[in-house]
Amino acid sequence: MERKGKIRVLIAKPGLDSHDRGAKIVARSLRDAGMEVIYTGLRQTPEQIAETALQEDVDVIGLSILSGAHKALFPRIMELVKKKGLTDVMVFAGGIIPKEDIPEMKKLGISQIFGPGTPTETIVRFVFDNAPERT
Amino acid sequence: MSDKKKLTDTQREKERWEKTTLPKWIHNHPERRSNFHTTSEIPIKRLYTPEDMQNLDYLKDLSFPGEFPFTRGLHATMYRGRLWTMRMFSGYGTADQTNQRFKYLLDEGETGLSIAFDYPTIMGYDPDHPLATGEVGICGVAVSSLKDMEVLLDQIPLDKVTTSMTINGPAAMLLAMYVAVGDKQGIPRERIGGTTQNDMLKEFFAQKLCIFPPKPSLKLVTDIIEYCTRHLPRWNPVSISGYHIREAGANALQELAFTLYDGITYVESILERGLKVDDFAPRLSFFFASHNNLFEEVAKFRAARRLWAKIMKERFHAKNPRSMWMRMHVQTSGCTLTAKQPLNNITRTTIEALAAVIGGTQSLHTNSFDEALCLPTEEAVRVALRTQQIIAHESGAPDTIDPLAGSYYIEALTDELEERAMDYIQRIDAMGGALVAIEKGFFQKEIADSSYKYQIETDRKKRIVVGVNEYTTGEEIPISILRIDPKVEEEQVARVEKLRRERDNRKVEEVLKKLHYAAERDTNLMPVIIEAVKDYATLGEICGVLRKIHGEYKELIVI
Repeated sequence: MERKGKIRVLIAKPGLDSHDRGAKIVARSLRDAGMEVIYTGLRQTPEQIAETALQEDVDVIGLSILSGAHKALFPRIMELVKKKGLTDVMVFAGGIIPKEDIPEMKKLGISQIFGPGTPTETIVRFVFDNAPERT
Repeated sequence: MSDKKKLTDTQREKERWEKTTLPKWIHNHPERRSNFHTTSEIPIKRLYTPEDMQNLDYLKDLSFPGEFPFTRGLHATMYRGRLWTMRMFSGYGTADQTNQRFKYLLDEGETGLSIAFDYPTIMGYDPDHPLATGEVGICGVAVSSLKDMEVLLDQIPLDKVTTSMTINGPAAMLLAMYVAVGDKQGIPRERIGGTTQNDMLKEFFAQKLCIFPPKPSLKLVTDIIEYCTRHLPRWNPVSISGYHIREAGANALQELAFTLYDGITYVESILERGLKVDDFAPRLSFFFASHNNLFEEVAKFRAARRLWAKIMKERFHAKNPRSMWMRMHVQTSGCTLTAKQPLNNITRTTIEALAAVIGGTQSLHTNSFDEALCLPTEEAVRVALRTQQIIAHESGAPDTIDPLAGSYYIEALTDELEERAMDYIQRIDAMGGALVAIEKGFFQKEIADSSYKYQIETDRKKRIVVGVNEYTTGEEIPISILRIDPKVEEEQVARVEKLRRERDNRKVEEVLKKLHYAAERDTNLMPVIIEAVKDYATLGEICGVLRKIHGEYKELIVI
């Protein structure tokens, strides 16, 4: 099905870690697949991420974190995203997130968590299939 | 029969083989791929013969171990004398927990310490800073003041054990704390040995843990090198690091070339202070990754040694052979570890560690099999250390010096890597040096492209990663994971708050003012930073003063 306009994605890196190899590869893969991708660089605070998502009018947010601080940061990000009224935005995540934490993260409203070794095609396909329709 | 005649005979015979035996065989048994190449895009021939070594001049290009250009190794006996230092990078939770891990590792036969700090420490924040939320003690040990360093090094004799500290932005502050603990243990400063990574250049384009902008960062790096040259003769003030360049996605060639270029830049920066090259160059050290292509890695280590020796001799006119020594620490490659089927990582690490030993490293860290998932458990780290011990005592690899020398393939690859690295160095020279290349995003783009290419090759199965894109069936073996208690953060915050109540705050205020004054005036900051940590100023407070003066680095984003 043809959608109206390109899918707009924010790739955001919360946390203090600087492992941006994965985030950049995902950003580039989504861009090469024809999406509009905004990558804002390292160490974005939850406030910055929610604000950028709002300002850039994105359909999708991809969070990447490898520092282990997801349990402290993801709830805050999801709370702020909802507070800004971005209830339609689809959020997915990737990085080093232990299996046991995944149910808790999904309860927050994160649609999918991609671990290390995920082929980029899997992520591209997932975003195409799950990005909200623009109205 | 002369050598020349032998070579012609070999060439003629090779041509014959290529027309007879080879095509007959290939006709029925096609090769697995139409072309083979290393991770650095160097084409790999089907067969290497004496033809590939015809330009090799043994005395000029290889020579003898312990002699220029050090291709065969830095020392005359290499591991027949002393084995490499087995140095396991470790740190998590509180200073007390990590102190116990250090003692465990020393009991298990480790021969040097290596400290991993948590992200707030690495970024120069106290644990109660808003950005430290959820990060305290998670990826390393939290060290917020001299108080923590005292606990971390409790009962570790600093004149007997050498310590490597993976710290860059706040390297001066952590080194100051180490020196202060040494002073308290009553050890003369000239007997304290170890390494601070202190390599800011690669931070701007690879590891990206930067606090201050490039110029003040380079100034602080140079302060440390100058201070150590004058006062801490056994300290390696900088570990010029390719490891992070590689982990960020570079290939072996880029790792080699960019690391050596960073080294050149530091040498130039210290020479500008008026020091003589032979006064400081012997204490410059290096840090490389050992990735998964066994032969390319061995060739890379050999090429790196030879090229650095030539640069020091020819470009910087060093006279002392030790100034030409490239002493290196190697870590097996974290980015080759897989989260799927994690036990396979033991095999990967073994091959990578073997490459480092055959390549002649001085010191080695082997990754643990669970590190794509978490910080290593005690069990996992023991297997990793045992891997080194098995290579050392069972494999026979350390029993002769530079055992792959003279291999047609290894020598050809060593030459090729050196030549191509030299091309990169000339390109960066022409660009105006490392700082300009960073500003232009040159390194960043080179690395991002290689990283993307590696991923696409994996996705398309041009590169097989066992257990990830092939051989994926089989039962998942659950492994136990190390988790850090979130209470560590509360405890660390409480400790810093207590410190701020109990120390002499008037003294702290004064010393921070003194630091501010010195930092505005281009003097060497090491002495005043040592004073500040001894007065129990926190890491965040000291970095805060410098943040105020220099501002923070704003990342140049290149995808």
